[in-house]
Amino acid sequence: MDPLRRSPSPCSSRASSPRTPPCEMLGFVGIEAVLDQLKIKAMKMGFEFNIMVVGQSGLGKSTMVNTLFKSKMWKSTPPGLGQGPMPQTLQLHSVTHVIEEKGLKLKLTVTDTPGFGDQINNDKCWDPILGYINEQYEQYLQEEILITRQRYIPDTRVHCCIYFVPPTGHCLRPLDIEFLQRLCRTVNVVPVIARADSLTIEERENFRRRIQHNLKTHCIDVYPQKCFDEDISDKILNSKIRDRIPFAVVGADREHLVNGKCVLGRKTKWGIIEVENMAHCEFALLRDLLIRSHLQDLKDITHNVHYENYRVCRLNESHMLPRGPGWVNLAPAPPSVPTTPGPSKARQKVHNNFTEEW
Amino acid sequence: MAVAVGRPSNEELRNLSLSGHVGFDSLPDQLVNKSTSQGFCFNILCVGETGIGKSTLMDTLFNTKFESDPATHNEPGVRLKARSYELQESNVRLKLTIVDTVGFGDQINKDDSYKPIVEYIDAQFEAYLQEELKIKRSLFNYHDTRIHACLYFIAPTGHSLKSLDLVTMKKLDSKVNIIPIIAKADTIAKNELHKFKSKIMSELVSNGVQIYQFPTDEETVAEINATMSVHLPFAVVGSTEEVKIGNKMAKARQYPWGVVQVENENHCDFVKLREMLIRVNMEDLREQTHTRHYELYRRCKLEEMGFKDTDPDSKPFSLQETYEAKRNEFLGELQKKEEEMRQMFVMRVKEKEAELKEAEKELHEKFDLLKRTHQEEKKKVEDKKKELEEEVNNFQKKKAAAQLLQTQAQQSGAQQTKKDKDKKN
Repeated sequence: MDPLRRSPSPCSSRASSPRTPPCEMLGFVGIEAVLDQLKIKAMKMGFEFNIMVVGQSGLGKSTMVNTLFKSKMWKSTPPGLGQGPMPQTLQLHSVTHVIEEKGLKLKLTVTDTPGFGDQINNDKCWDPILGYINEQYEQYLQEEILITRQRYIPDTRVHCCIYFVPPTGHCLRPLDIEFLQRLCRTVNVVPVIARADSLTIEERENFRRRIQHNLKTHCIDVYPQKCFDEDISDKILNSKIRDRIPFAVVGADREHLVNGKCVLGRKTKWGIIEVENMAHCEFALLRDLLIRSHLQDLKDITHNVHYENYRVCRLNESHMLPRGPGWVNLAPAPPSVPTTPGPSKARQKVHNNFTEEW
Repeated sequence: MAVAVGRPSNEELRNLSLSGHVGFDSLPDQLVNKSTSQGFCFNILCVGETGIGKSTLMDTLFNTKFESDPATHNEPGVRLKARSYELQESNVRLKLTIVDTVGFGDQINKDDSYKPIVEYIDAQFEAYLQEELKIKRSLFNYHDTRIHACLYFIAPTGHSLKSLDLVTMKKLDSKVNIIPIIAKADTIAKNELHKFKSKIMSELVSNGVQIYQFPTDEETVAEINATMSVHLPFAVVGSTEEVKIGNKMAKARQYPWGVVQVENENHCDFVKLREMLIRVNMEDLREQTHTRHYELYRRCKLEEMGFKDTDPDSKPFSLQETYEAKRNEFLGELQKKEEEMRQMFVMRVKEKEAELKEAEKELHEKFDLLKRTHQEEKKKVEDKKKELEEEVNNFQKKKAAAQLLQTQAQQSGAQQTKKDKDKKN
């Protein structure tokens, strides 16, 4: 296990237990130098971040990714051209880049899902995506249970999934709800209202409220999840964010001259929509959430919660999970193995309890 | 539905140039913030003879007074005493555990002195491994008790290492980061100290003892680590008492012939030890413990349990099988426990029932007894009543008889007087 992937020192709760008396130090010892040591180690190792964008074609996913990371991750696909007939199958397409800022290296992997929700019959279109996510967890698990492990297990698990909601202005569609319900349990999902420039500010707010209401009605827990708030400051910060979810975003990768400054934006006949302007759209909020303030938190929750859930599930009942490509076929215990009736009965009971609570 | 995933191999990673400020340079700060809110763990093991100055050195290192009574020399064997403390400096919380070897070197036969130490270290690894192998685990909440650094206190004889030291260090070097230090270094003169140090290092090398190497691969710390390594083993002096030197109070030991200042680099290597142990390499010590010593232990333990990483097909199988086996075992145990509990419950119920029955019987008996007594008393009372009645009857009869006699006597008396009267007349 990599000590860097989670907070380095697994310590128990904040309040000191009765057996560990707090001691007064009479002078400077230098313990806080450990923070610098941590930073140096982190800088040397670099970071990894894996993000997945899900949404129908034409919602501006590729443009959004380019705008987020201010680079040409991939060419934004013009709708209809160059694709030929619509692909009959949902294809996941990953691209990995290393970006560097101020000496810090970030290995960024973006996974796109072209073809999602584009068919006439979209039944079970989330299965390949779930399969992909679970496959990454599986890879990590396999590495983790090796006898001779690598020093740093490469982390390909999806840390964040951005879900693009089309700007209908009404409420979440059944496809959205189905997808979000399934995915929220496996990965951190951040829903965004795509192409928000087609909605006025008032329409945006109404749409947002309705979406929030939908999410609550269907018990969909998007990131930042309420149950993982650690303390008061976290709660306050996160409730502000939760109030604005889903963010209404606009993506753009062209620069225009506005008031003498060069800004990213979309130029239309009736004006220029500035991406970084908070009055125009909430792209800045999304970027801050994903990159500047909650990146480590996204990784931590993926590792400590979603991966652990997957692991528990996997080690208990291997046949319950959807299969993705390259699935290692672990045969469950063959029925011919003689088991005394006692344990198997208890096992059945545990199985039932487990399926109930799951 | 077929799914194709296009993924470039690692060699094709492009370095993209950014056209603006994205903002992920705040990542190390995010990471550090997370760590400070959770706190850090650091566990030090002090191995050395009784009275060599382990507790004093810890007090001096961390600038505080840890509560402890000095140990006696009469311990029958070596035992390890662990104590945890919480220290806070600015916004960093450190959960420090100091493990002491009580009674080390005091016995007449020291053959087995190293065993409790090795067992303790292994036990901490085992606890971590158990937690890691659990199905439902919480590693991020786990209080890490694995030993991150072992300070080995060498007695300042001035000659060479004792054989006990060599044997113990050899047993410990593959399990923990050993930092050898010369204790009570104020008893050795400067020229002797240099010879002593080189003798110790050459003995360690010739016996193949792997002590902790300060990391020199990171440019920021390589230089300082390299210069400090030359001074190994550090000759330290510990003191918690302060002596006035010049116009300041400093930690020192006062002798009639002079004052040994703890933080004076000319006097002893205490400052170097503090730099190396805390200010420069604390994180590296923890990482080495986790990625080297713990992994080695884990590998050995799992191989012992019968796992193998042979080929990709059997990899998941063997662990899965053992997981299944373990799970069955666990469930079997649970079942057994349940049975036991049920039986105990049944037994208890029976006992209670028997008790209650006895009590009931007793009560019945008491009731019967009471009833009988009551009846007896009643009978007695009745008898007495009868007697009384009889007596009353007798008395009445007698009274009646007496009255009759009296009236008869009166009558006869009246008749007599009447007769007399008649006679007179």
